[in-house]
Amino acid sequence: MSIAEIVDKHGNHRENLLNILHDIQDFTADNSLHQNDLQQLSQIMCLPVSEIVGTASFYTMFSLQPRGRHVIRLCESPPCYIKGADNILRALEQKLGVKVGQTTQDHMFTLETTSCLGVCGVAPAMMIDEVVYGNLTEAKVKTIIDEMMRQSA
Amino acid sequence: MSRTRIFVLIAIDANTVIAGAREIKNCFSAEIGRLGLSDEVQVIETGSFGPADAGVLAAVQPDGLVYGNLTMDDVPRIVAEHFVKGRVYQRRLLEGEVPPPAPDDADARHTQRHGRIVLENCGRIDPERIEEYIANDGYLGLGRVLTEMTPTQVIDEIKTSGLRGRGGAGFPTGLKWAFCAPVKAREKYVICNADEGEPGTFKDRLIMEGDPHKVLEGMAICGYAIGAARGYIYIRGEYRLSIDRMQRAIEQARKFGMLGRKLFGSDFNFNVEIRKGAGAYVCGEETALIESMEGKRGLPRLKPPFPAQVGFRGRPTNVNNVETLANVPVIMRRGGEWFRGLGTPGTPGTKVYTILGHIRRPGLIEVPTGVTLREIINEYGGGMQAGSFHMAQLGGTAGDILGAEMLDVPLDYDALQKVGHVLGSGAILIMNETVNLRDFLHVCLRFFYHESCGRCNPCRNGMRVLRDITGRLKDGCAYRDDPLLMQEVALMLKSSAFCPLGQSPAAPIMSAWRYFRDEIMLGVDAQAVRPRQPRNRRETLQAAV
Ligand SMILES: Cc1cc2nc3c(=O)[nH]c(=O)nc-3n(C[C@H](O)[C@H](O)[C@H](O)COP(=O)(O)O)c2cc1C
Ligand code: FES
Repeated sequence: MSIAEIVDKHGNHRENLLNILHDIQDFTADNSLHQNDLQQLSQIMCLPVSEIVGTASFYTMFSLQPRGRHVIRLCESPPCYIKGADNILRALEQKLGVKVGQTTQDHMFTLETTSCLGVCGVAPAMMIDEVVYGNLTEAKVKTIIDEMMRQSA
Repeated sequence: MSRTRIFVLIAIDANTVIAGAREIKNCFSAEIGRLGLSDEVQVIETGSFGPADAGVLAAVQPDGLVYGNLTMDDVPRIVAEHFVKGRVYQRRLLEGEVPPPAPDDADARHTQRHGRIVLENCGRIDPERIEEYIANDGYLGLGRVLTEMTPTQVIDEIKTSGLRGRGGAGFPTGLKWAFCAPVKAREKYVICNADEGEPGTFKDRLIMEGDPHKVLEGMAICGYAIGAARGYIYIRGEYRLSIDRMQRAIEQARKFGMLGRKLFGSDFNFNVEIRKGAGAYVCGEETALIESMEGKRGLPRLKPPFPAQVGFRGRPTNVNNVETLANVPVIMRRGGEWFRGLGTPGTPGTKVYTILGHIRRPGLIEVPTGVTLREIINEYGGGMQAGSFHMAQLGGTAGDILGAEMLDVPLDYDALQKVGHVLGSGAILIMNETVNLRDFLHVCLRFFYHESCGRCNPCRNGMRVLRDITGRLKDGCAYRDDPLLMQEVALMLKSSAFCPLGQSPAAPIMSAWRYFRDEIMLGVDAQAVRPRQPRNRRETLQAAV
């Protein structure tokens, strides 16, 4: 969908900005908001780019930096922490060879930490794109990553 | 005519989907079809049963038993053994699966189900079919309100019930509506707060996933009471299943005339829309939520004016939590007096808790207010999983950390207030001695540091200072005056931060100090010397070069 179509779908109104940004980001290959898209959006919606960037940068679900094809968001809130989220983070960093906030060289994965995902019953938990994984162990995250790599290979 | 003899209810919620509930459900349907039992055995998709850590769950009715931790291999066996031969498949029977809990467990389970109000339909009905909600007295409350009552009577009924907001602050709901109702405006709004960012809380999610129409009905009743024709549900972006189920519920309610124009033959119109959040804890605060709904940064507004006067689009707005609104239909159906008789006098009704941590059965429970922490751990949580009780955090990360002394205090807003604590959002995190208090405190402050919206100076800088101090305490290299400084900063934030988010760290910090002073002091290194801070601009500049 083009930017204009997305705006039309939600309605050209400031109130719909978040929903519009969600859609724009979902349509990109690198899970981020691109400068030229935002410029175009700014013209269509008659909003300064600074306003749009200011809004987008406030929310953790939007990224202005390019990210990998898959975004891994590991929960680091207290309930997951006491179930060993720190060990999971180390396992993920080791497996992917990147630190939090970085993207793998092949642009497959970006590793992020996040606040509570609301699935604390199966802590520790993470989300890869739209899918939630719970009761994580170091072995389990490695299998999950291997599986995703295999599928895309 | 249907000859259904057995109903298989499969819980499809965020927790079970992770364990593969959808695949198991399809497998059940296929297996039942293969054996030609489709007429006799019906597979139904429903909401959460409560247990969050027992894999895929299936209840079999009318036998009234629950299978847990199901795998694909179990499905043909259950179908062959239970549905064909009528023998219970012991291997996955949930009672056998969990280690034997408190002796009176059967009773506890029974009363737990029995006393459910908010969750009465969760795990019983198919949340994607409005017919089932209606068959369980759904929309009866709305019907009664629209045909028999004036808006003032509705508000009075809520006041009689004594219902208090379940979003954290415990503000009386009737009073809140009464503020908004008399304000004259061209348009007013009802907002359902489903942002649920408080770590450890997922009750709103399971309510929306298990019984979405209850929330819609509550919103419509509120709309009628305060004179609003539009409702919005602000759901956090991560809650995909909640968004889908609410969306479907809204469409069905429109089709059935429960939302839309001239409801139940009255002059009342009401419509509901969903707004998606984008990941910011502070947006759970009602004024920040309104800013976010207007498409801006989610920065809290100055109060007063309160949203009841100047809210969404500058018009009168009523913001309520999901659970609060889900209590409303039953109050209208059974009367405020009945509701008032439940729980404690100060906080009538029930409370939905999410119990977590080192207990045997983490999950969602609904209990009368006034139950103690000890009862929750032993009767509903199945006891400690390993080790012994060390501490609990009540109401999420912005809540108090309690020591063993507090195990027997009844959980309701007033009783806790008397001993200087708050109930908060309904998260109860139980920890054994493997958790180091100083580590835990640091993780809490890391959360706050990350979520500070940056609007006001005390919060923006104070959170960083607190994170650094707790970090030093965790590493055992804190300066001698750090514990004192930590409390000073926390109290300074409490008195000067712009919004309640900045005021929150005082709760975990001061309560931790109250119960675990010794453990905090263990993080102090008596030898460590704080580097001298620059006193004036010249020294600062010199330090910089
Ligand atoms: C930082 C912060 C986060 C909050 N998060 C939530 C939330 O996630 N859900 C919620 O219902 N209320 C939340 N609240 C409380 C709301 O501001 C508000 O009090 C509540 O929605 C009122 O509803 P109630 O009267 O039904 O409880 C939060 C408050 C603060 C200060
Ligand atoms: S704390 Fe990790 S999902 Fe809630």
